[in-house]
Amino acid sequence: MTLPLFAAEAGVESASVPILPALIAVPLFTALVLLLVPKHRVAELKLVALLGSSITAALSIWMLGAFDADDGGLQFVTQREWSADLGLSWFLAVDGISLFLVVLSGILFPIAILATEPHHDHKPYYFWLMLLMTGSMGVFMALDLLLFFLFFEIVLVPMYFLIGGWGHGRRIYAALKFFLYTMAGSALMLVGIVSVAFLSKDATGGLTFDVIRLAEAQALSDTAQTLVFLSFALAFAVKVPLFPLHTWLPDAHTEAPTAGSVILAGVMLKLGTYGYLRFGIYLFPNAAHDLAWIFMTLGVIGIVYGAAVATMQRDLKRLVAYSSVAHLGFIVLGLFVLNTQGIQGAILQMVSHGVSTGALFIMVGWIYERRHTREISALGGLQKSAPVFAAAFTLIMLSSIGLPGLNGFVGEFLILLGAFQGARWWAVVAVSGVILAALYLLWAYQRVFHGPAEGENAEMPELRFSEGLAILPLLFLIVFMGVYPKPILDRMEPAVERLVTHVEANVNGFTEPGPEQFPSEPATAEDLTHTLEEAEERAEAEDHSEENGDHSEDGDHSEEEGDHSEEGEG
Amino acid sequence: MLEATWLIPALPLAGFFMLVLMGRRLGEPLAGWLATAMMGGSFLATLAVFAGLVAEEEADRFFLQTIFTWVPSGSFSVDVGFFADPLSITMCLFITGVGTLIHLYSIGYMHGDKNFSKFFLYLNLFAASMLVLVLGDNLLMTFLGWEGVGACSYFLISFWFDEEANASAGKKAFVTNRIGDFGYMLGMFLIFNAIGSIRYADIITETQAGNLTAGVATAAVLLFMLAAAGKSAQIPLFVWLPDAMAGPTPVSALIHAATMVTSGVYLLTRLNPVLAAADPWATDLIAWVGAITALVAALAALVQTDIKKVLAYSTVSQLGYLFLAVGVGGYVPAIFHMITHAFFKALLFLGSGSVIHGLHDEQDMRRMGGLTKLMPITAGTFIIGWLAIAGVPPFSGFWSKDEILLYAYDANPILWLIGLVTALLTAFYMTRQVILTFFGRIRFFDAHTDEITAAFAGGVTSAAADIETAEADLVKANEAVEKANADVTKRTEALAKATTGLTDATAAVAASDEADDGHAKIVKAFEKAEKAVPKAEGAIEKANAGLVDAEAGVVDAEASLVAARERISVAKAELAKAPSAPTHVTALTEAPDIGDFADAMPASYRERQEYHPHESPWTMTLPLVVLAGLAAVGGGLNLPFTKDLHFLAHWIEPSLFLNEAHPSASASTKVVLAVIAIAVGVVAIAAAFAIYLRGKADPKAIEKPALAAAVAYDHGLARFMGGPGRASFDVAAWFDKTFVDGAVNGVGTVVTSVGRSLRATQTGFARQYALGITLGVAAVGIYLLFKFGIEVSS
Repeated sequence: MTLPLFAAEAGVESASVPILPALIAVPLFTALVLLLVPKHRVAELKLVALLGSSITAALSIWMLGAFDADDGGLQFVTQREWSADLGLSWFLAVDGISLFLVVLSGILFPIAILATEPHHDHKPYYFWLMLLMTGSMGVFMALDLLLFFLFFEIVLVPMYFLIGGWGHGRRIYAALKFFLYTMAGSALMLVGIVSVAFLSKDATGGLTFDVIRLAEAQALSDTAQTLVFLSFALAFAVKVPLFPLHTWLPDAHTEAPTAGSVILAGVMLKLGTYGYLRFGIYLFPNAAHDLAWIFMTLGVIGIVYGAAVATMQRDLKRLVAYSSVAHLGFIVLGLFVLNTQGIQGAILQMVSHGVSTGALFIMVGWIYERRHTREISALGGLQKSAPVFAAAFTLIMLSSIGLPGLNGFVGEFLILLGAFQGARWWAVVAVSGVILAALYLLWAYQRVFHGPAEGENAEMPELRFSEGLAILPLLFLIVFMGVYPKPILDRMEPAVERLVTHVEANVNGFTEPGPEQFPSEPATAEDLTHTLEEAEERAEAEDHSEENGDHSEDGDHSEEEGDHSEEGEG
Repeated sequence: MLEATWLIPALPLAGFFMLVLMGRRLGEPLAGWLATAMMGGSFLATLAVFAGLVAEEEADRFFLQTIFTWVPSGSFSVDVGFFADPLSITMCLFITGVGTLIHLYSIGYMHGDKNFSKFFLYLNLFAASMLVLVLGDNLLMTFLGWEGVGACSYFLISFWFDEEANASAGKKAFVTNRIGDFGYMLGMFLIFNAIGSIRYADIITETQAGNLTAGVATAAVLLFMLAAAGKSAQIPLFVWLPDAMAGPTPVSALIHAATMVTSGVYLLTRLNPVLAAADPWATDLIAWVGAITALVAALAALVQTDIKKVLAYSTVSQLGYLFLAVGVGGYVPAIFHMITHAFFKALLFLGSGSVIHGLHDEQDMRRMGGLTKLMPITAGTFIIGWLAIAGVPPFSGFWSKDEILLYAYDANPILWLIGLVTALLTAFYMTRQVILTFFGRIRFFDAHTDEITAAFAGGVTSAAADIETAEADLVKANEAVEKANADVTKRTEALAKATTGLTDATAAVAASDEADDGHAKIVKAFEKAEKAVPKAEGAIEKANAGLVDAEAGVVDAEASLVAARERISVAKAELAKAPSAPTHVTALTEAPDIGDFADAMPASYRERQEYHPHESPWTMTLPLVVLAGLAAVGGGLNLPFTKDLHFLAHWIEPSLFLNEAHPSASASTKVVLAVIAIAVGVVAIAAAFAIYLRGKADPKAIEKPALAAAVAYDHGLARFMGGPGRASFDVAAWFDKTFVDGAVNGVGTVVTSVGRSLRATQTGFARQYALGITLGVAAVGIYLLFKFGIEVSS
């Protein structure tokens, strides 16, 4: 790590190792190395890609360990002026909000590479994947608007080629649709980026794209803020995707090769929701607060609508794709409630969705490789021939349904809990999505895995050892994040509370939605004893006041109470 | 001792993990023994905690144990923690106790199943979830268990998943319960919003301190009632429970009778301060929902023919009682009846499982009967269970049901009346079940309708074949007759010819006497003619004889044809009679007549004749005997005679914070109510005996009118889900494809055509755009490298 480019700014805390630049450099370097490997050396190509992505994953996990959980600010900061005249800077950092998204990207790539094979043109396939990893890493770390935009656009290219080159069926159509759709959104965002920088020029003392400085300045008038926010919001709405801008998603997800679907669902959809949090709510708290109801409404529509449409899909992969629309609806709802539980739940749900939906896409990809079809009606009884495969699928499915004890639940629960405090009726509708999720996934499971196994379904190969190895980390995360999400939530909380405080400070009359009251102290067993004794004393007092009342009915009682009060006194 | 609380759910959970890792290697029966041992250990841990609580002063019987923080987020924080108090430990006692027995029973019941270890893995996971549900120290922990038991129930109902019906039943249970979960989640959010915590200790202290407004409490009660209605199978969410019988019978006993289905009632009891703080109409609603469910389900139970379905509807009905009890503030009777019900209903389910096991997987009560002789232990224990549920003193069910009726009477006499009618129906349908299963004639070997139909159809086929042969014979006979006739004619002609020849020859002889010359020649001819005559005569005789034979043959053939036709008509007539004859319960007294078709019966019938219905192995009968003992004397937990005998009431009281109702009925009223209840039970039992054993009346007269409203409701629901429900989803999918995506594609088409007109190439500009971005990024990257490289070096 002696490249001068990646040397950290002196004096910035915890940046003695330039870990963030390394997270970008390693996959980029791997991509370049791949160019040197002869294209027929298929095994070596895979090995190089796997090695490069695994090193990146290991580095991201190391970063997770080095992250200071109590610090809500930026960590591992690398900041260099790039072009002072343009206000551009090479500004990378993570905080509790982006930390886990970086780690998630780090983990998903080696798994996606390990789990699937491209079948043809291995060299460009792995090259594009590693380039995609480079972009995915950068986009969650960049805190300069233009740098962010750069990475935001970079990830489009490899994904476009991956869908178009290694996809199924109508892959060209799907790739084009994906590309044009997101490009249209981001073009508007570029206008927004330039506008916010120029409009804040005076307040920030010079042109800058530094998100922190722009957010602190809050220099835009209300109208300007609303307009610029909308330009960002539209780009992110396409990425999320929010209803009714979601139709690129089922096509892109279904036609993409498995690894592409995993990364699309696991990483790229999060660009939208992360963008809302980091660049929408943080930069434009007023506009975000004023327009929150629109996004919550669209989120809730997404939950119910995505689930309803998913129910009727005939293609298993398409069903999973539509389930993403529902899950992302939850996330958007949580973000715009603007309280700690909602936002923490949303971030956790981003990670959870990446893990579970990524795993679901991998499993569906394996079914397709074995049976050469994803038509639900052509499958059936697979649990009979492949019970272990079915068991893994069941666990992932239950996580996606949101079963408590598994990862999907915690995020969903916190989102709904948060939403109930600030947007009660939105939450009520959103909870119905919980019913629908069970409906479409269990129904699909029943048709694919239950019932009699006939024909080729009876000879479906069992989960292979290498496949088990690839899916195991995800299964572990599904259980771990469900049982013990505390370490994750703890690392997010300071940053999220800081963001909420930022919103409270900048939006007039806004306080974080929360419960009406709190118990002064968590009640203890002694408090319960005390409560019981009080109740008994009250009852006794009533008995005394009705002394000449009917004794037969409560004689038993007063006897009891007598005992207790004695105990209490003694 | 109290510190052992966490072990109660941890032991079965450890069993689950052990079975996941090495269940297959352990195999049968070791996997089952491991699971059973874990449950037994959990029972011992419960006993230890129970002893620990008993050792405390009454008001100090609360124990909170925190394991670790589960979900912390801002002002919200929830622990993985346990709450041991008289209520939760009482639940744990019967869950682990009955659970251990059912685990043991399953070792025998699941014998030979290829997924033997998997079954126990689910069973242990279920037990762990159920115990977390009960012991959780906050609403979210209970929800964890709540969903866990739901998932295990789903796995176990669809355990034999290769039958579509089983898989559907599992899914139906899960999804229906999710509707209840909707209420649970919102209730939980509402409580947090109002109190700022979802720990039970906080909810109880805050609510008792009056910090929960009646409006919020009412809303919370309604939401939790919806949740409880899902889990405890109340109207309108009860439809999943009868279908859940698709699972193996021990599952029905453990999950769908003794434990999981009571968790809704437990939840409401746990939240008794909230119920007390709510407007009275909310709790009244609980009571009414319970009462109506009890009645409707009892009516449905009346017409079931599947031995397990009767028990399933009966369970729904009994859970209705529990709801009724909670609604009128009778928490102690609710818990009391929950315990006795766990004993006798688990017993009845396991008994039915033993019957099913012993009768080669037969579940239709119409094909049982007389099993007292074949399965004496099963029959004896089942009869104790029946007496308990029918409310015959001194068996346990009488005492607990009577308590509920007393509380209901005190709240509203109409509720009492509904409860009483339900009790009457309960005694009736249970007696019907016992008679059909254990008394009367052994009908197991009887021919089934479908077998008879098959056999008769076989008879018809063979008769038809006979007709064909007979007809062929007839044709042949007719041909023979014709041939014989032709022969006769031919011979007659030959005779005539010969006779003519003779005459001619004689004349020629006479003439030749005159002419010597030709004499010798003529004599020769004459002699020849004379010889031909007898030959011809012989031929005639033979021809005539042949003719007689042939004619006789024709008669025979015609006769056999008639006989064959007769056989066909007889067979057809019997076939027409057949389907209605043996199916109805009136045929209980006589075996269906299979006539001449005994040989034609299908293989299943013949196999059954060789099958020996048998008593179950000891692993199955031991739990039956223990449960029968408990069902017999369980009433001793809370006898009404003197205050000192209210053991359960005294014990539970601290958990209720004086929120329970106290019936004001006088001692004499209580006695009258009890006598009425006994009288009603006796009448119902006598009536059932008269109808089903003595045949004094046609059961159709009773069973028709009782035509399950429940069943109709279920079908209606299925029609809705398959019809309008499904259609609405279809519309959403269609809308998405046509409008939302259609609009996008429309815009896309316009854009591409504009693009095409602007550019000469047909390759599409997106790809080039993409490459452009890559190159641009590369250029910026190089610039960046360059710039920083220089900066640092300078």
